Parts: sequence; structure tokens; C-alpha cells
Amino acid sequence: MKSYANPVFEYRRSPDQREGAPARHPVVVVGAGPVGLCTAIDLAANGTPVVVLDDDQTVSVGSRAVCYAKRTLEILDRLGCGQPVVDRGISWSRGRVFLLEREVFGFDLLPETGHARPAFVNLQQYHFEEVLVARAAQLPLLDLRWRNRVTALEPGADGVDLTVQTPDGPYRLRADWLVAADGARSPVRHLMGLESRGQVFHDRFLIADVLMKLDHPTERWFWFDPPFHPGQSVLLHRQADNVWRVDFQLGWDADPEEEKKPERVLPRLRAMLGDREFELEWVSVYTFQCRRMDRFRHGRVLFAGDSAHQVSPFGARGANSGIQDADALAWRLAAVVAGHAGEAALDAWAHEREAAADENILNSTRSTDFITPKSATARAFRDATLALAAHHPFARRLVNSGRLSVPATVDASPANTPEDEGFGAPAMRPGAPSTDAPLATPAGAPAWWLSRIGGRFDLLLFDDGLPPERSAAAIDALAAALRAERAPAWALHLVLPPDPRRAAAIAEHLSAPAGAPVSMLLDPDRLLGQRCDARPGTTYLLRPDQHVCARWRSARPDAIAAAMRRALGAGPEPVAHAAAPALVSQA
Amino acid sequence: MSARLNLEPALARPDDFYEALIAAHRDLTDAQSLALNCRLVLVLANHVGDLDVLLEALRVAREADAAPG
Repeated sequence: MKSYANPVFEYRRSPDQREGAPARHPVVVVGAGPVGLCTAIDLAANGTPVVVLDDDQTVSVGSRAVCYAKRTLEILDRLGCGQPVVDRGISWSRGRVFLLEREVFGFDLLPETGHARPAFVNLQQYHFEEVLVARAAQLPLLDLRWRNRVTALEPGADGVDLTVQTPDGPYRLRADWLVAADGARSPVRHLMGLESRGQVFHDRFLIADVLMKLDHPTERWFWFDPPFHPGQSVLLHRQADNVWRVDFQLGWDADPEEEKKPERVLPRLRAMLGDREFELEWVSVYTFQCRRMDRFRHGRVLFAGDSAHQVSPFGARGANSGIQDADALAWRLAAVVAGHAGEAALDAWAHEREAAADENILNSTRSTDFITPKSATARAFRDATLALAAHHPFARRLVNSGRLSVPATVDASPANTPEDEGFGAPAMRPGAPSTDAPLATPAGAPAWWLSRIGGRFDLLLFDDGLPPERSAAAIDALAAALRAERAPAWALHLVLPPDPRRAAAIAEHLSAPAGAPVSMLLDPDRLLGQRCDARPGTTYLLRPDQHVCARWRSARPDAIAAAMRRALGAGPEPVAHAAAPALVSQA
Repeated sequence: MSARLNLEPALARPDDFYEALIAAHRDLTDAQSLALNCRLVLVLANHVGDLDVLLEALRVAREADAAPG
């Protein structure tokens, strides 16, 4: 490749490789891809030591996953490495769909303003992983071991015994918890004799990464049956470094080895790009499957990302959903390790992410069925839809060139507390990741809402409009009640109208006890208020992964404490007494 | 409650409709006729709009083929 050379990360001998009893670690992650690294960074950044084992010594070979969704960027922001991904990548939110030579319609994935991050950033997976590796290197609690391959494992009731092969020979490790983020062919899954099952699609696609200067808007372009590739579809994405991803549908009969040869690839590209100068960077021919494991938790082993579930690439739901797995897992694992949560929290995680995988597989399968119709009749309906879409808006909504990744709202999660009656703002219902909105500090500094929360429980209180001494007393009472909980860290955010005098008046009456983080934010455009359907006193409880787990019309300290315990996987009893967890997943 | 599929006679001039339907296919190949039928289904489905009614229509249409007589 002209535009990129893979770094080589050195193998280092670990003290764990000394003779003697195997070293014991609270969490071991297998796989230093996007999902494994996000899990490990989240754990280490928030105080839980973690070992990461990877059988290779570099980042992704080839650009592979290139589209990172807004939610992924928000998760990376929380992990302290969103900005370099946005800086290196290409931000976009618009797409166009073509039939033959004609544009059928365009779409905008983020039509409203007031969000810190764009709908998508395109970036080669190797760049993305480099950012994560650099972030991991900043964390003293994160021990990343290259050329460490798991060759055997023995799951037990209170941990997993691992045999790890290295250039210095094998050694043994004991993990209290093992996260298998080791990809679609997951060696851990195979070692445990487990399966991921589903549907194989009978089609082949050619990815050609092309280096060229092209004056083209930063948009996703998708063609059905274009003149330069008749009868098939083509997808074009811009990546960093003037690299363009062209994805040609080839059909099931294509010979994957032949199609990778430059003498086959170059004519296809010339037909599309004309006389423009370009260089071929990377070529890959792939088929795909939509499949998942029946259960993502097997005792002390947790499967996240491609090891647990796979989708077609149309919709960018692979890496993005895997990173959501990590987002939903790390805080729970940390709470279990710290003794703040029982194992039911991990069953709740599996329950959430199995449901999310089903949603992603459903969307991905529908896109694939549209792009690759399975019968002559299905093809006739597809073509009829496209023909109508050129003339009639109603048919454009049926055209499915990929339903692009949005985070799952985990409605049925055992971590959710049922909400009060009559709430609007369905996008902020329990189970949804929080919306963003532009806020300001009382001093007037701009502050994105999502940049203020995460890594702990966050309580969002909208101004109750009472006299300042009464508002302050209610906040003090809440803080006192939460301090009495044996729970992980939390913070309280009071969101006020854009009037610094109100903030000052309340602050004057707050007793602000030690260890009670209370901050005030102004909602200058009242966007957060609108997006939360806020009334005076409306209260939201957000999990450490920024998901809403409860909301009320007025804050009651006991209800908030109970919702926090529930999010941690306990029943209504305090965690310390939860001998028999009441909320075991039925998955 | 959503609307129910109407299976009672609703066409004021059934013979006129039927003639127009057949006429729309005149001179078309089988492939062209299939394409026309597909477009017609989609146009009418959008007019109906209600998913429950459409699912009921799909069921009725599919079962009519299997019915005896």
C-alpha cells in the first residue's frame, strides 16, 4: 500500500511468564481489535486493571471497517479518544442512491443541529485501531500483550484458566472474567465448542481501495445497476488519505481468486472512474453471513463483537454494534469486580446485546435481501420499487441500500425502571443512549451534554422552579440519599434556564457536602429540555454508558436509589443483601 | 384499533375495472407484465398504508390459492 504501512508492536515478556503458580487477573480480554480495545480502555480508565492478549503484533491489515457512527464517536469521547478519530477521518451525514445513470434520491442521517458529533466518520480500521492502541498505552492499568495467543482454556465456576502461547513458549494465566473479542472466527468460541449460527448469503462482493484525487462530495453513494457495472450494485465511500472504497457486487458465481487479480479489478475501476489517474491500494473479495451465538454470556466468559454476532456490511452495523457491546459491558464488569453488582448485571448485559444483535441482523438481512434478491419475483419487486422511486417519494422509503447503524434502544432490558406515565421524547425513554445537546456552564463556557456524563451514574435534574432555598434543599437531600448507597460513583447535574442569577441563587443555598459532585448547567437553547420532554422537576438517571435507565416527573430519593440498584442487576433489595438476584435474564 | 381489510364488494363498476386491468397488460411480455404487477402492488399498498390491513390482504391472497374448489 502506498498510503499506509502497518506498525509492528513489539512482543514483551511479561512477569506472568515466570515459573510458578499462574498469575490471576480480574479481567482478561482476548483480541486487540476495536471491541477488545474499547472494553479494555473503558475498564482501565475507570479503575479496573485489565490484560489484553492479541495473537498478532499490528493493527488491522487492510481498511476493513471504515464507517464509524455517531454513537461510536460519543463512546470514544467518553474513553478519551474521540477527537483523533474525528480529526483523522472524514465526517459525513448525507447519502445518494442512483438507479442506472440517474439519482433517485438523497438522504441526510443527521438533519438536526445541536449535536457534537456528525452522523458518521469514515476512517480505515487500521487508523482507528492505532488511535485506540495509543490511548491504551496511556493507561497504567491496561496491560496489552502482543503475540500472545490463547491455545487452551478451562472455564470454571469462579474463573477461566488460560494457556497462552508466546515467542518464549507457553504460560498459564487465570482470569476471573474473560472477554472474548477475538473476531468472527473466534478461537475462544471454538475452544469452548460453541457455535454462532445463522444465514449465509449467496453473493460475493469486491472491495477495491483506490488512491486518487477526486473532487467529490463527502457522501455515501450507492448505485443500483449502473452503466459501468450493469446488473449489480456499487457503493462508494471516501476514507482518509485520499483513499476511496469501491464495493462492487459480483454475484455468487464469481471466482473469488480470479476477481482479486489486478487484470480483473482494473477494468472494473476504469469503467467507473474513466481516465482519472488512480492506484489500487487494497483488494478483497468477501461473502457474508448474518449469524449470532445463542447466548453471549457463558459463565465467566463474555462474547462481544464479531465473535458473538455478525452482519452484512451494508449499514455499518458490525464494528459499531461491537463497540456498543463494549460500552454496555465495561461498567458492569467493573461493578462486578468491585463488588457493587452481582452476576445478574452480566446477564442483563447479555440480554441487551442479544436483543441488539437481533435488531442489527434484522436490518442487515433486509438490506441484503433488497440488494441481492433471492428469486426472480423478489428481483421484480426490487426493480419495481426503484422504478417508482425515481418518480414518487413514497417508494424512496422502500429502497434499502443499507439502514445505517443507529444504537439499539434496549426497551426490554432488566436494567430499566418503568417510566412515569405521559412522557414524550421517546428517543430518551429508558434503554436509549442519551441524546446530546449544547449547554453552557454558569460562567458561560460552552459544554456539550454528552461530554459531561459517563463513567459513573449521572442524575439529570431539570430545574424545579421553586424558590432557590427549596431547590437547594431538595438537591442536598438527594445527594445525602445517594451517598448512603453502597454504589459506584455518581454525579448530579442540575440543568437550569439560561439565567446565571438562578444558578448563583441556588448555589448559595447548597450545602455541597464533601464527596457529592453537583454541577450546574444552563440550557441556552432549551434543546436538552425539549429533547427530554422536560417539565419543572423532571429527572433522568443515566448509566455509566450514558444510557437512560429511568426517568421521573419528580425526583424521589428512594426511587432513584432503587433504579440505580436495578441498573446494577440487583432486585429491589440493596446490593449488599442480594443473595438471589431477582433479575436474571431469560435469554 | 386499526382498520380491517374490506372483503365486501366495493367496486362500483367491476367490469370496467377488470377490463382496464387486462388492458394495462396488453402487448406486454411476461416479464413486463410481472414488472407492471409489482409496481401496481406497491402503489396500491402505499394507498392502503395500514400494515395490519396489508398483512391481512397478503394472507387472504395467499390462502385463496390453497383453498379447495
